[in-house]
Amino acid sequence: MVEKQGFGTILMHAVLIIGIAIVCFPIYLTFVGSTLTHFEIIRPPMPLVPGPHFIDNYSEALTAGITAPVGRMLLNSFVMAMGIAIGKIAISILSAYAIVYFRFPFRMFAFWAIFMTLMLPVEVRIVPTYEVVASLGMLNSYTGLILPLIASATATFLFRQFFMTVPDELVEAARVDGAGPLRFFKDILLPLSVTNIAALFVILFIYGWNQFLWPLLITTKPEMNTIVMGLKQMMPTADDYGNWPVTMAAATLAVLPPVAVVIFMQRLFVKGLVETEK
Amino acid sequence: MATISIRDVRKSYGKTEVIHGVSLDVADGEFIVIVGPSGCGKSTLLRMVAGLERITAGTMEIGGRVVNDLEPRERDIAMVFQNYALYPHMSVFDNMAYGLKIAGKTKDEIRQRVDQAAAMLQLEPYLDRKPRALSGGQRQRVAMGRALVRNPAVFLFDEPLSNLDAKLRVQMRLEIKQMQRSVGTTALYVTHDQVEAMTLADRLVVMNAGIAEQIDTPMAVYERPATRFVAGFIGSPAMNILKGSVSGSDFVLEGGGKLALDTKPAETGRPLLFGVRPEHLQIATAKEATLNLSVTAVETLGADTLAHGTLSGANGAGGELIARLPGSAKVAPGDTLPLTVQENMTHLFDAETGKRV
Repeated sequence: MVEKQGFGTILMHAVLIIGIAIVCFPIYLTFVGSTLTHFEIIRPPMPLVPGPHFIDNYSEALTAGITAPVGRMLLNSFVMAMGIAIGKIAISILSAYAIVYFRFPFRMFAFWAIFMTLMLPVEVRIVPTYEVVASLGMLNSYTGLILPLIASATATFLFRQFFMTVPDELVEAARVDGAGPLRFFKDILLPLSVTNIAALFVILFIYGWNQFLWPLLITTKPEMNTIVMGLKQMMPTADDYGNWPVTMAAATLAVLPPVAVVIFMQRLFVKGLVETEK
Repeated sequence: MATISIRDVRKSYGKTEVIHGVSLDVADGEFIVIVGPSGCGKSTLLRMVAGLERITAGTMEIGGRVVNDLEPRERDIAMVFQNYALYPHMSVFDNMAYGLKIAGKTKDEIRQRVDQAAAMLQLEPYLDRKPRALSGGQRQRVAMGRALVRNPAVFLFDEPLSNLDAKLRVQMRLEIKQMQRSVGTTALYVTHDQVEAMTLADRLVVMNAGIAEQIDTPMAVYERPATRFVAGFIGSPAMNILKGSVSGSDFVLEGGGKLALDTKPAETGRPLLFGVRPEHLQIATAKEATLNLSVTAVETLGADTLAHGTLSGANGAGGELIARLPGSAKVAPGDTLPLTVQENMTHLFDAETGKRV
């Protein structure tokens, strides 16, 4: 690494600080907005220091909200994001295991079929998927929110690539030790995959949390709304002037769970990176 | 503890046959080393014994039971791999205990057996460590411990010392031999290193291109190699091989020149190969000398001096020879060395089939 001195150091730090400021300022402004009253916000100039209405605004957002209580929507989003993340990991690790370690007819076909689904994101198959979910009576349910989104070619690939780096001798040693396929998966492969699972979990949780179009289509009852679509609905439209402090509070709350997941899992992720050795 | 009986075992990948019918009987408690150059099928043979490769034809018995279609775990074997194949996320103790745990042994029995093996391999201080915190030699010991605790019918070693440095290899070689002696378990050991092969084996299997060329004790393999390949593979530097044919009681070299033979072969005139090991050539007086070596290069190894050269009288055609002389011998390139061959230390092979005559 090149060691910079004097002016170089100052310049580097300046660039970094400006970058961070550009990213953080809107978030800070959202937080400030969530502690003011509606009139303080819409009357320019908007104050840049937090006001005294933090508790009022947040308790209103959590319990009442505008269309539905934010607490309820946060729970819906959390269930959906967890469901998608865990479901995707469970399904893709098992399919990658099958593809890498077993010889069965049409193995390569299965592999390519999974590969092809990469070309079909939710938006492309949304109409037929909606049809299926509606016919199965899963509208306005957690199952309906989660199930169509948990097939994942990307995660399957990541696990496949990782499994291919596991030395064959390890598989053979386990066979000689008497471990059957399930035992090998549970005792050897799963513990070795912890880092990959942690990394994928972070990515997939945020993917699930940020889903907008799919929940918008299949949830019609306000109490099944997710926070991301809820936020959109809280935005003032046309001649409505909205309730900005509560909307800002909801936005701040909506950011917290993904941030928590990133911070918590990153530790595990880094720890795993340092500890694992093949 | 068990006998192994391999009957005309073959292995094909698609249409390519890589093991062309190997037969071998291993007595209870015997240490068999399978040696050969890379790609000769020695590892494949071992993996077939382990059950990691399917047997295309022939029968394989372990302890009198045909195991052709049995999974590795049903064969009562333990295997030590070249790269150790330790489970990286498990402690040394768990690595050694894993097989026993699967076999459903009680906690007390597992603890007792692992402790016993750890004591034998001096692994006690490391039982709680993960494999990555161990040196290469220690990892190798853990791999051996994992085989040992299972108390299997057969140990299988697949080039277990290849990843160690030279000094450690010598030490571990002795330890493996001692361990096998003390538990008395039948062992199959694959290596490409002829020193390992010679020192460890009760009997050697020399393999080449999917065929067992010779199965015998190390000394018998050294003294009476069954084929030209074995003659060249076992022994370092390799045996000198000279082309020619028998005439009367002499061996006539292709490029001219004669060598006296100890025993007179039945047939004369057929193209044969004459073999003599470098260490069986001695410096003699000019009068006694049966062959004269024009020295072209000299390698001093301390204890020995290797003299490379061509036979004078062979007109440089196929008469290249190495002589292993005492370290004190004064030789320089350009010299002509008068040499004799030690009695009963010559070998004759058929030029076409390579078989010993």
